[in-house]
Amino acid sequence: MKKFILSIVALSLLCLATISNAKTIRIGTEGAYPPWNNLNSAGELEGAEIDFGNEACKRMGVDCEWVTQDWDGIIPALLNGKYDIIVAGMSITEERKEKVNFTDGYMTDGARFAVLKGSGLENMTIAGMDKVNLNGAGGKEQAAIGQLNAALQGKTVCVQSATIHQNYLEKHMAGVVEVKLYQSVDDTNLDLIAGRCDAILADVGSTIDYMATDVGANVAFTGPTFSGGVFGDGVGGAIRKEDTEILEMWNAVIAEMLADGSLSEITKQWFGRDISM
Amino acid sequence: MLRFDLLIFGDAGWGDELLISSFMTILVSLSSMGLGIFIAIFATWAKVSGNIFTRMVANFYTTVIRGIPELLVIYLIFFGGSASIMYVAKIFGYHGYIELNAFTMGTISIGLISAAYSTEVFRGAYSIVSKGQAEASHSLGLSKFHTFYKVLAPQILKHALPGLGNVWQITLKDTALVSVTGLVEIMRQSRIASNVSHSPLTFCLSAALLYLILTTFSSKVFNKLEDYSNRNNVTT
Amino acid sequence: MNFELIYNNFFIILSGLDETLELVIISLSLGFIIAIPFALARASSIKILSQSVYYYVFVIRGTPLLVQIYLIYYGLGTIQFVRESFLWFFLKDPFFCGVLALVINTVAYTAEIFRGGIQSVSKGQIESCKSLGMSRFIMYLKIILPCAFRQALPGYGNEMILMVKSTSLISLITIMEMTGLARNIMYKNYAPVEAFLAAGSIYLFLNFLVVQFIKFLEWKYNPHLRIKA
Repeated sequence: MKKFILSIVALSLLCLATISNAKTIRIGTEGAYPPWNNLNSAGELEGAEIDFGNEACKRMGVDCEWVTQDWDGIIPALLNGKYDIIVAGMSITEERKEKVNFTDGYMTDGARFAVLKGSGLENMTIAGMDKVNLNGAGGKEQAAIGQLNAALQGKTVCVQSATIHQNYLEKHMAGVVEVKLYQSVDDTNLDLIAGRCDAILADVGSTIDYMATDVGANVAFTGPTFSGGVFGDGVGGAIRKEDTEILEMWNAVIAEMLADGSLSEITKQWFGRDISM
Repeated sequence: MLRFDLLIFGDAGWGDELLISSFMTILVSLSSMGLGIFIAIFATWAKVSGNIFTRMVANFYTTVIRGIPELLVIYLIFFGGSASIMYVAKIFGYHGYIELNAFTMGTISIGLISAAYSTEVFRGAYSIVSKGQAEASHSLGLSKFHTFYKVLAPQILKHALPGLGNVWQITLKDTALVSVTGLVEIMRQSRIASNVSHSPLTFCLSAALLYLILTTFSSKVFNKLEDYSNRNNVTT
Repeated sequence: MNFELIYNNFFIILSGLDETLELVIISLSLGFIIAIPFALARASSIKILSQSVYYYVFVIRGTPLLVQIYLIYYGLGTIQFVRESFLWFFLKDPFFCGVLALVINTVAYTAEIFRGGIQSVSKGQIESCKSLGMSRFIMYLKIILPCAFRQALPGYGNEMILMVKSTSLISLITIMEMTGLARNIMYKNYAPVEAFLAAGSIYLFLNFLVVQFIKFLEWKYNPHLRIKA
């Protein structure tokens, strides 16, 4: 019994430290954000970003190792050295740039509110605008935000925590709606269907993917598609500030894949439309 | 609703992944419990035979760890752990990356929590073993080391067994909280599966069943151990 | 260590104290009351009552609280039957789900603690009650239950502390109590130690109050054990 305990302790102390291998690039992803990155029932990762990452590593001539991590711990795990780059549908924002460097954007998708069909909130047109870009927001954009706030006054809006969607609600809709925070996007979807949320704010591609499932058939978009401003400038890979060579490697391969159209092929395959930058 | 087709083994179902995650749960629980007992031995020693300073430190440790939610302890170690270890390593001149994998982070977090509870169990067990035993062995000329190893420790262990069984159940269930470290044990695997398949009911129930199997089996093992250790008890 | 951050965060996290306290007080009170009949059932000689409570306690103690919380909040929410029934009025609210999970959990543990107390009342007491012609009801009300509570105080104190800590798990179903607020701060500022120190110290203080409360109850209800001046 004592020997057993001692050997277990010794084994666990042996696993204590492993120093990262420079020949492999470890990529951190969430694995719960289809069609960007998702785990299928065979336990494998699949998605637009998985294809992108594998292709990029092939072109860079390195081995790729994918590591899954819950969204709320994804940046701290990068800073802890658990992997070398985050490829997980993470938008490039000033706030995140304080902690990490970003590669150039490789994909970009807007954010849009989604509601249940028959709730009376679906398919609202706000200020006659289809798309609202918050970069350099002027009077028109402010009017759109104001109208949307009036329409959703007092409602419950659910978002995934630590996202640009949460930032938008806190910046532009504070006090107007009740904000509920969840661990993953699918939890917000579940509660939308359950009727606990009047609306969710999420990435367009992710919501379209959910609407295609049989449980998500009752979901409809509403309001304009947002981008820019607090939503950041496209999706990029997050890298530790001191890893400048990794940053250059990835920027080079992203530029290459954008130029020769392979990125748009990948996004068309998974999103049904071209969302490469 | 309840989707049994999702639980099959092989590529189309999550059954095999859930089974593998159960082994991971067992592994993490065992190593955390082991680490916990290891730390608890020192902490108990600090409490019973140390000077006032060591006693204060040990008391501070057990009070704080047992008084703060486990989730916060795990977050602290995960969000702040590697940074502190690398800070310490920098002092010693090592400037590379020390990667603490998910298993190690999970083990350390749960191990520290488990150690606090185990310390209290050992302390209680120590106070039950009569002082007369130590005095008798001393009068027989046994060295301090032998007194501890051959006389005190087996008796302390015997009295600690029920309490340790309890700590094991707590440790086993606390492993459900380490999903933030990315370790794929039962809770995390069932959350992944339920997110992908949009059916939380199936996988929450599966997770509950798996934990129930593990705790039932553990309590049977501990009952057998207690019976064995009490085999020489005099019943009048 | 950024002290200004700790100071600011302290008040943010303190604003979640009311949610935490509501969860603790409501769950503990309901749990205490509901556990008494469960404990009586467990200690009774009617096999079916005793066995059912045994299995209830067995299942609740054998599964982690987190699984129970997710099962109630997300699991029940996917059942069409539940969503269309009157239960949904209650189960829709995450606070109710949290209290429900905590109450189910604490009833299981508390019933066991009270059962231990009830069964430890000495046979002599029970025999004297019977010889005085007391009805079963009066015997339980006046002799057995008070004795059992006194015995159960240390164990129940432990349960109260566990309940205070368990409320932190309710932050995972969108209730912004102290742990939820602390986690939010950790995401935004990547300052885990500061947020942890702020939240942890408040929890420690709460548990300190609980320990003092139990000590006071033990002093008040055990006059025969007080040291005479």
